[in-house]
Amino acid sequence: MTGLSTIYELAAAFRAKQRSAEDITRDCLDRIEAAEPSVHAFVSCDRAAALAHASQLDAARRRGEKIGPLAGVPVAIKDNICTTVGATTCGSQMLEGYQSVYNAHVVDRLEAAGAIVIGKTNLDAFAMGSSTETSHHPTTRNPWDKTCVAGGSSGGSAAAVAAREVPGALGSDTGGSIRQPASYCGVVGLKPTYGRVSRFGLVAFASSLDQIGPIATNVRDVALLLNVIAGQDKCDSTSADGAVPDFESCLERPLQGLRIGISDEYFCEGLHAEVDRAVRAALELYQAEGTELVPIELPHMKYAVACYYIVAPAEASSNLARYDGVHYGYRAAKPEDIVDLYSSSRGEGFCPEVKRRIMLGTYVLSSGYYEQYYLKAMKVRTLIKEDFDNAFRRVDVIASPVAPTTAFRIGEKLDDPLAMYLTDVYTVSANLAGICAISIPCGFDKCGLPIGLQLMGPAFGEEILLAAAHQYQLRTDHHTKLPGCGD
Amino acid sequence: MGTPLDETVIRHVALLSRLKITDEEVKVYAKQLSQVVDYMALLNEVDTADVPPAAYALQISNVFREDDVRGAMTSEQALSNAPGQENGFFSVPKVIDRKSV
Repeated sequence: MTGLSTIYELAAAFRAKQRSAEDITRDCLDRIEAAEPSVHAFVSCDRAAALAHASQLDAARRRGEKIGPLAGVPVAIKDNICTTVGATTCGSQMLEGYQSVYNAHVVDRLEAAGAIVIGKTNLDAFAMGSSTETSHHPTTRNPWDKTCVAGGSSGGSAAAVAAREVPGALGSDTGGSIRQPASYCGVVGLKPTYGRVSRFGLVAFASSLDQIGPIATNVRDVALLLNVIAGQDKCDSTSADGAVPDFESCLERPLQGLRIGISDEYFCEGLHAEVDRAVRAALELYQAEGTELVPIELPHMKYAVACYYIVAPAEASSNLARYDGVHYGYRAAKPEDIVDLYSSSRGEGFCPEVKRRIMLGTYVLSSGYYEQYYLKAMKVRTLIKEDFDNAFRRVDVIASPVAPTTAFRIGEKLDDPLAMYLTDVYTVSANLAGICAISIPCGFDKCGLPIGLQLMGPAFGEEILLAAAHQYQLRTDHHTKLPGCGD
Repeated sequence: MGTPLDETVIRHVALLSRLKITDEEVKVYAKQLSQVVDYMALLNEVDTADVPPAAYALQISNVFREDDVRGAMTSEQALSNAPGQENGFFSVPKVIDRKSV
């Protein structure tokens, strides 16, 4: 496998007229064609549409028109983000062939910036899962070891970037769905602050937790993508107003004087020794570069997974009520009556994991259990958020592992939902608290599988978060390593 | 914390969720979801007596906008993904004169 240029390099080459958008796009499509039979990162790829868009960009450049900051850069989009080109399936039979009549806000933004949407990437059905194994499409393989999962739910986006099929992609993160696959695949993934990026056109899973974010091979490219997708959108009333900084220009902030919080709650039982070692080595590097490591306490962190798996399914059970076999999506054949139309269409169209979460959510919201579970979880969520508020008074960022282990084998956890949920132990709290967090490669285990370092920043603290991550990458080369070509 | 999710509870929850599931699924989900709900008992350790609930992590207040006319989806577009349609409407099985739950 050879290296594909970065987003930064591709945009510069197009701007300098060294490469045409068509040339870049053809290269990307060839890479996809070569990798896909063994990686399965994509669920659809419209070659003709991508090339047509590329020639328009080339023509615009010839005419001397103003070109956008990502002009000529191909990007992949997770298949729960609506695009008018190609289907938006959410990895579910329920939305097989669903053709969106509008683009998500982030897709409009990318296209306005000159980026070329090259295809849609695989995910766990409705973004519910940690491995892409719940997808209706074939399971995405980890480019570093094809017998292992790429992680999830944005496994397709992370694998596509890791296999250098595309320089960048968008994912969505409800409980770690950008960071965990980025960690498993050895790439960079950012979950922006809740409200930083519009969710308009993102198929809703848990509306108080969902956030769209970028995945790329390095922090600078992630910053370039965030520059384009961030900002208020009138179509999403939870998108934040206020000025959006230039995330690229903030990257040069030095490490000197930076305070990194370390909490024992993130280095507890269940953390694999090799992951522990790699993360601690990263912390030593930070310390050696003039960063202060500050012990902090996050006493409610151990309740985060239990809290999350009440809140997220509760919101999902409500959001997924819209799939009724009437307006769009799968419809069961020959229903007896209207109720059977709903129940059979949903029973047949949803996969077991989606059904489990809908039932779990319905249960915790149902009469007699609401206070015991849902209300209790919302109160614990307050305490988790307060833990972070207190910590960020003393530190600039918090460091932790992304996941307790490296990528696990395909099939290993599929029949044990609780074991699968516990892989989210280090990531869900950022979603519950609404803060921003990034996953960056910090080493490899003895099998050659990537290990990720998580940095978390306060709400709307992406500038300092990205700077801390970028400064680490200037001093390390984990992110420049490429997975082998073998199967 | 709470009753375990036995098969009766699973059937009731499936009915509330409008999910038709098989007898085999009822057995599997009863076991799997009981494990998950048992795990949630962990939250009982936390004293939340004076803690306000958080539905959202960040302070979000009502967002208002001008009530002006803007472009909207056409009915053709709205119907374009419908599994059943007739004369510009979504079509469903007859709902009158039938016993429904």
